[in-house]
Amino acid sequence: MTDKTVIVDYDSGNLHSAEKAFARAAADIGEEILVSAEPEDVLRAERVVLPGVGAFGDCAAGLHAARGLWEAIEQRVVKDGRPFFGICVGMQLMAERGLERGAHRGFGWIPGDVVEIERAGPEFKIPHMGWNKLDVATDHPVLATIPDNAHAYFVHSFHLRADNPDHILARTTHGVSFAAAVGRDNLIGTQFHPEKSQEVGQALIRAFLKWRP
Amino acid sequence: MLTVRVIPCLDVKDGRVVKGVNFVGLRDAGDPVEAARAYDAAGADELCLLDIAASHEGRGPFYDIVSQTAEQCFMPLTVGGGVRAVEDVRALLRAGADKVSINTAAVKNPDLVAAGADKFGAQCIVVAVDAKRVSGPDEAPRWEIFTHGGRTPAGIDAIEYAQLVVAKGAGEILLTSMDRDGTRIGYDLELTRAISRAVSVPVVASGGVGNLDHLAEGVTEGEASAVLAASIFHFGEATILDAKKRLAAAGAPVRMV
Repeated sequence: MTDKTVIVDYDSGNLHSAEKAFARAAADIGEEILVSAEPEDVLRAERVVLPGVGAFGDCAAGLHAARGLWEAIEQRVVKDGRPFFGICVGMQLMAERGLERGAHRGFGWIPGDVVEIERAGPEFKIPHMGWNKLDVATDHPVLATIPDNAHAYFVHSFHLRADNPDHILARTTHGVSFAAAVGRDNLIGTQFHPEKSQEVGQALIRAFLKWRP
Repeated sequence: MLTVRVIPCLDVKDGRVVKGVNFVGLRDAGDPVEAARAYDAAGADELCLLDIAASHEGRGPFYDIVSQTAEQCFMPLTVGGGVRAVEDVRALLRAGADKVSINTAAVKNPDLVAAGADKFGAQCIVVAVDAKRVSGPDEAPRWEIFTHGGRTPAGIDAIEYAQLVVAKGAGEILLTSMDRDGTRIGYDLELTRAISRAVSVPVVASGGVGNLDHLAEGVTEGEASAVLAASIFHFGEATILDAKKRLAAAGAPVRMV
């Protein structure tokens, strides 16, 4: 049994920023962060963080390529009920399917598909890249840290279309409205990058590290 | 609503921030990591770090600067200069860059853009388009690509090139007017608008900012998604907050912190 939050390392691009941001937030509240690709560490994790950039299918394949990692996450998060935080594609992997370059299976915790953002007009550039306003729909303890009119940093071309509106915890708008954060029970995921969202992101990470669902 | 990004740019040579005037006559504007931290605290929306000497080979002082900057800044970091191969992209991402800007190498080999986007995702591949007006005063405007810091004409139409690299997988265009860079008379707004309308991805306007109205024009007339500037910020002529206030006054959505 460890009391560490494990950031899952599966060669998905920029792990560095997530690690630094979580380490800073953890130090503020006397917790520790472990970056690991080992299923054994995930199985002992106090909390599990799944970052991810790039394509849905590549990220899913990366998790499956590391023997036992996908199953260890399912075990720790679903069976043991430990807090989970998915970031960007890590959040999208919570869905049942990703429809980016073919159809790929996700963890299936949030019923729905990950689909391309529909361009509402030529002025709405894709990728949706930059700081956008968060509309928080719940009093979820992790999202309660987000002040009114706060902005967070997004960079993505696909979004998670959740079947159950109750699973959408925050929204943002880029011509069309889509999920900025999803979750249920012990699971939360953000489409935006808290590790790149300055103080808004740091406060959210600290809240996650203290969250006891 | 997505806000317009205000991006200070640090040109780095031999571990120090410099700002070229038409790429000659460099002035020293200090320690890049200190500057990055100050811009993070000031609420910059993103930071651009360019190695203008571009002599690194997967390591060296520039990589240390990228890594130290990434360690201390919780905002997106775009890094460029001397990127020639997928391995350079990987090394800069590993050092802590969120996006890597490819310049001359993409002109020579547009498939490098495709290789980078396939490997790391389009969201982290920026193509730097350095364009110069080649049309005469009475002709329809036309711009061509220049490489090697604006010295070498590539004989390629700028709009066609921008569309090509986006088709290859560029997630963003960093557009610099080589006519305006270092002049402080404002962006080439016609160029910015032409490229912005020609591609589906965000365009960052660069080259020529001398005052805050220039930033606002880049958005209202140039239709850019983000505005980049260096010296007006580095030499304390304007703060990030000043820039955002001016953008807001011109009707552009901004993030106030």
